[in-house]
Amino acid sequence: MPFIPHTKEDIAEMLASIGAKTIEELFDEIPKELISGELTGVPPGLSEMEITRLMMARATQDGFYQNFIGAGAYEHHIPAAVWQITTRGEFYSSYTPYQAEASQGTLQLLYEYQSMMASLTGMDVSNASMYDGATALAEAALMAVRSHKTSRRILIPQTVHPVYRQVVRAIVSNQKIEVVELPYCTECGQILPESLVNSNHEDFAALVIPQPNFFGVLEQVDALTDWAHSKNAFAIGVVNPTTLAVLTPPGEWGSKGADIAVGEGQPLGIPLSSGGPYFGFMACKNELVRQMPGRIIGRTTDLDGKEGFVLTLQAREQHIRRSKATSNICTNQGLMVTAATIFMSLVGPEGLRRVAAQSHANTLELVEQLVKFKGVERTFSGPVFHETALTLSKPVADVLNKLKQKGILGGYNLQGQYPELGNTLLVCATETKTESDLRNYATAMQQALG
Amino acid sequence: MLIFEHSRPGRFNYSQSPTKPASKSAIPQNLQRKSKVLLPEVSEMDTVRHFTRLSQKNFSIDTEFYPLGSCTMKYNPRACNSLAMLPQFLSRHPLAPEDTGQGYLACMYELQEILKSVTGMAGVSLTPMAGAQGELIGVMMIRAYHESRGDFERTEIIVPDAAHGTNPATAVMCGFKVVEIATDKDGNVDLDALKAAVGPKTAGLMLTNPSTLGVFEKNVAEMSRVVHQAGGLLYYDGANLNAVLGKVKPGDMGFDVIHINLHKTFSTPHGGGGPGSAPVGVAERLLPFIPIPIVAKEGETYRWVTEKDKPQSIGRLSAHMGNAGVLLRAYIYVRLLGLDGMHRISEFATLNANYLMAELRKAGFEIAYPNRRASHEFIVTLKDIKDKTGVTAMNLAKRLLDKGYHAPTTYFPLLVPECLLIEPAETESKETLDAFVTSMKEILQEIEEQPDMVKGAPHTMPVRKLDDVKAAREPDLAWKQGA
Repeated sequence: MPFIPHTKEDIAEMLASIGAKTIEELFDEIPKELISGELTGVPPGLSEMEITRLMMARATQDGFYQNFIGAGAYEHHIPAAVWQITTRGEFYSSYTPYQAEASQGTLQLLYEYQSMMASLTGMDVSNASMYDGATALAEAALMAVRSHKTSRRILIPQTVHPVYRQVVRAIVSNQKIEVVELPYCTECGQILPESLVNSNHEDFAALVIPQPNFFGVLEQVDALTDWAHSKNAFAIGVVNPTTLAVLTPPGEWGSKGADIAVGEGQPLGIPLSSGGPYFGFMACKNELVRQMPGRIIGRTTDLDGKEGFVLTLQAREQHIRRSKATSNICTNQGLMVTAATIFMSLVGPEGLRRVAAQSHANTLELVEQLVKFKGVERTFSGPVFHETALTLSKPVADVLNKLKQKGILGGYNLQGQYPELGNTLLVCATETKTESDLRNYATAMQQALG
Repeated sequence: MLIFEHSRPGRFNYSQSPTKPASKSAIPQNLQRKSKVLLPEVSEMDTVRHFTRLSQKNFSIDTEFYPLGSCTMKYNPRACNSLAMLPQFLSRHPLAPEDTGQGYLACMYELQEILKSVTGMAGVSLTPMAGAQGELIGVMMIRAYHESRGDFERTEIIVPDAAHGTNPATAVMCGFKVVEIATDKDGNVDLDALKAAVGPKTAGLMLTNPSTLGVFEKNVAEMSRVVHQAGGLLYYDGANLNAVLGKVKPGDMGFDVIHINLHKTFSTPHGGGGPGSAPVGVAERLLPFIPIPIVAKEGETYRWVTEKDKPQSIGRLSAHMGNAGVLLRAYIYVRLLGLDGMHRISEFATLNANYLMAELRKAGFEIAYPNRRASHEFIVTLKDIKDKTGVTAMNLAKRLLDKGYHAPTTYFPLLVPECLLIEPAETESKETLDAFVTSMKEILQEIEEQPDMVKGAPHTMPVRKLDDVKAAREPDLAWKQGA
């Protein structure tokens, strides 16, 4: 029997100890009419050899492509050590570190993670992670409303990832929080701070500021942050962690810095793997820490004065506060954060800067090659990081199909979410692409448009 | 020692990032970072050593028996991990076209179908990323259902007092008021209290069955009738599905919406606190509201079901498709188990729990619900021991760590004083259970002979009892240079 070690003798001895004749008897408190018969729809079991064959066949069917899609999930090199250590049984098969003395490994690692994320985002503190970037933003919105106390409105620019906006709306609408979307400048691809200054937005709890935004364009974060603060609202930064090695971190935006920083942690050593598991990160200013959702680890001492780590500030959490908790979240994405912490340690500040700089350079290079062709234009004039929107002379879906036939996933079709942009493609070239990859892409694009 | 304390300025792993300086940059000066990033500067070998050593300070299923009640700490088969990490699966972008991911989508579709079959539900969505998110999504669907019928008066969710903390927290996060109902002396929900609680304001009841008290709610059919008659819906918290998998289907018990913790029943790793994964299942009448994306099969082709197909859907609750890699692991696990294996999970989980309960009772421990069968878990109460000796459930739990066992769940459920909630999953052998009983007996004796030693436990862990009060009063949440 798969994964069940009991011998016939074991079963007999155990039943004798219990005083039951059969295993069936142990279910005698369940009303008979509820007992289901044979299950249908479950195939017979496979051996490990058979399932290996099946999964290999399915993986081979899916194959490999040259990937130029970003749009919220980014392909980066992951050092071999990251997942070899992460999948050690002691990390992989341990539970939430509620028993601190038997979980110092996980707890210390999470404290190191929090320290790294606090520095990367320029904030005072980080929690031990959320489910993903989209839900982290939703939780940040809830946190801002809890802290603000008078307004239940959140401003979100349309340059924020469209699915993040959908997720935020789905979650915060339960608590009667209003989400107001802000239009962007279709020429520069940014939120224009001047347009906000001239707007009549007065009563809101927070402004969300993406950096880079969904189009890959860099926003004028200083002016946006200061504007939010001038209206007595919080500034929430949604950032890509890789780019923070090069870009001003949210904690240093404007004159006072953003109040909360969130984002998708996937670029820090997590494989693309069809969208998950990833992890969301959340960091904030000290003043807001008691409103933060999720697990937080603190450094303390034991009976002998020796340094140790514990889950702390638990009075915020559901297992203590039940209906009065800051969130219903119980999990952090522990294993993903384990990988991210090892990743950040291996690449260090210089390695992360190089990854960011090379991804930026590759995207610039690719765009330079592409805009030489007739039928390709930069959609926006704003500065970009490692992803950019291009307007094509032909329908994007057709172009992407042609690239796919050459083994290239050419980018993300913006038309579905932003119909006003017409034939627009979002393309991303990270440090994983070589000069010849970029040339191949350019050639394939030229032929597709040809 | 923290990783930062291994750091030396200028130390760098040349093979782990681009080797040539980037050829171009166009980042405006005013957006460039000026402050230092405090990531450690350590060699690859020191990094590997540091994190390997940290891992060795953890208890885990792979190294210790982990009888943690309500958490289902069963063996996580290695094949599930290695096959989910085949390079093609890892490198697949979530927004890659459907025709480049038919192999992956086939696994997801089949997983949906198998979960439907074992739970007796009409539809399944795989997107929720953890139990608490499954709950949130489930309660959102309950709200959407009532509102779609023009019924906006249902503002209350009923939750038994023994429920997980996530239940009331979820109801509040969904904008509902929580009505708590009591448990009777045998561990069942008090039916009279339920009857008194339901009414035109009842949106639904959230129930875990078997309950967190480790017993099957015998009156579940009657409870279902009471709630439905009042116009409410029934939510099944699948935290304890391992106890009845293959025996009872939540759909047959009358539940309208459920979540299934894959990281419990379907053996995906707990990973030190996540990622979880908690697909939701719904009865026919909630099908229109199910969250997207889900996978549909048309002929031999698989495709995503989106907003266009499900205009009444409560929407998207993750950026992509939930914890896809966790779902793959669960899929591989169910294929390894197959039909027979699926039936046997609950049988052997229940056998192990009842055996351990019988042996601990013989050893002199007080069982909280002695007249009931254990489900896949049961509760020992140390109330008498505490009254006589001052030794608490937490002290005993910490002493177990010294003996090489992870502690059972302590002080949950809240209504049993000084409780230990013990769940030996089906993957543990009789020898392991017997050795655990022996250690528990030793501790009983220690409590009698040297209670202060037990109160000071643990003694053999990397650290002794940690100062939680100091941690909360003077929060030190991040390492700062020079601090």
